[in-house]
Amino acid sequence: MSVVMDTARFQRRKYLNIMVLCLSVLMTMFGLFWLVWLLWTLFSQGLPYVNSTLFFKATPPPGGTGGLANGIVGSLVLTVTGVLIGAPTGVLAGTYLSEFSRKSKIAPVIRFVNDILLSAPSIIIGVFVYEIVVVPMGHFSGWAGALALAMIALPVIVRTTEDMLRLVPDNMREAAAALGAPRWKVTTAIIYRAARSGILTGVLLAVARISGETAPLLFTALNNQFWSSSLNQPMANLPVVIFQFAMSPYDDWQHLAWAGALLITLAVLGLNIVARIILKTPKMRK
Amino acid sequence: MLLNVNTDGAGGRCSVAGGDVIAEDKRIASRAEDEQVKMSIRDLNFHYGRFHALHDISMDIRLNRVTAFIGPSGCGKSTLIRCFNRIYELYPGQRATGRILLDGRNILDNRENLNLLRATVGMVFQKPTPFPMSIYDNIAFGISLYERLSRAEMNERVEWALQKAAIWDEVKDILQQSGTALSGGQQQRLCIARAIAIKPEVLLMDEPASALDPLSTLKVEDLVEELKSDYTIVVVTHNMQQAARISDYTAFMYLGELIEFGDTASLFTNPLKQQTEDYITGRFG
Repeated sequence: MSVVMDTARFQRRKYLNIMVLCLSVLMTMFGLFWLVWLLWTLFSQGLPYVNSTLFFKATPPPGGTGGLANGIVGSLVLTVTGVLIGAPTGVLAGTYLSEFSRKSKIAPVIRFVNDILLSAPSIIIGVFVYEIVVVPMGHFSGWAGALALAMIALPVIVRTTEDMLRLVPDNMREAAAALGAPRWKVTTAIIYRAARSGILTGVLLAVARISGETAPLLFTALNNQFWSSSLNQPMANLPVVIFQFAMSPYDDWQHLAWAGALLITLAVLGLNIVARIILKTPKMRK
Repeated sequence: MLLNVNTDGAGGRCSVAGGDVIAEDKRIASRAEDEQVKMSIRDLNFHYGRFHALHDISMDIRLNRVTAFIGPSGCGKSTLIRCFNRIYELYPGQRATGRILLDGRNILDNRENLNLLRATVGMVFQKPTPFPMSIYDNIAFGISLYERLSRAEMNERVEWALQKAAIWDEVKDILQQSGTALSGGQQQRLCIARAIAIKPEVLLMDEPASALDPLSTLKVEDLVEELKSDYTIVVVTHNMQQAARISDYTAFMYLGELIEFGDTASLFTNPLKQQTEDYITGRFG
């Protein structure tokens, strides 16, 4: 009797398994469908306009010829400056949270606030920087843009740094401390070394995150039709250029917007791939 | 031959080993010499938060002898030796009270410099923990914390430590390779080399061979035998045969208390307490 019952249960389980499996495959395809569609549209619309003018000429007036060179350079400058501000701050804050705050009561508060910052809408950060930098200065500027980007990168870097440092087992800390190494030496010589690739990956992912941000730049760096190398002036940048050109009624501007969108997507994709390679390298060595 | 083992403090014992075979043991012959005390533990209590893990431990660790701690899991033996270099201070909520006198100086004193203490009282852990750097740098890291050596002196010291830990022959040609690429047994000997490279006075070993295969275990045990002429060694082990093989003194702990402490030969052949006898004969329950 029991054999018959067991078979029935086994059959039921088998069908359930097939059903759930089908459902998860379908849902995955559903998700991937939009991504592939998006990428396809981006490539088909943007690729025809990727050419050398794009990289060497500044944004044109409507009807004129030009590229996105000022936007590309501006984006690079803003992103690099943002990371230069955000990364050291973020890594140090993450180090504090993971290594130096075990006995402190303020650490959970910092962690909580950081998580709030992590999920804060980027436009709020833009408005905030507008209020504290742009208004006192009297004009939009590259510095304000870089600062806004830094504030978006910061919580990401704090979080990944802390997580990566926590992945280093405590017996590594004990082993180093047992040799008489002071805390800072344990952290810099041993723990950083063990978590190096993870922290670097976190920084790269933060770069990927901020290189596509538009909202905070609208209120801070704004945009610039011309070459702008001074961080004290409003600065051209790809996201805002895309925003403005895509909204315009001119065909050639819209083409440039497509090309710019493709460039950013490729850059972010490249950064993600590099980050993955870095994270995997030490494992391959073993 | 009559033997008197220090009897002061709770849990200490007085034992007499008669003229049987064990009395011929070389360890006993050496005991005729003056046995200096390296570390005295007095009324030591330890708390993990609210959990009272060690109760009024008092005992003496002898200079240049191997002292083994045995007992079931969770009995507090690891906790006890983690007090000897105050490594527990890395974690919040752990605290020790009482006195631990190292050459007469109370190391539980707040004024004690923890880094200097740990350079004097070295430690080897259960799990091998090579640093993510070359074999050479694994050894040099600890040395360069407190000594400024020339390149040649450093090379010499690294070789000395690796020789001492019986791993030199295996790694002398791959000193620049990563320490994490070694086998488990080699990693553990590397960690021992790292610990003795800084020339501590006391060497704490927390189950140094429990993660190793029998052959590597044998090497580590030989090493302990070899090292005890220069260092005072404290070993925690789950393996009673190991304790019997390598130690001069053995302490049996149970539920955070020191049940019995005495010279290894008599503790294993003629335990004074029923609990000790039950444990070493495997009738524990």
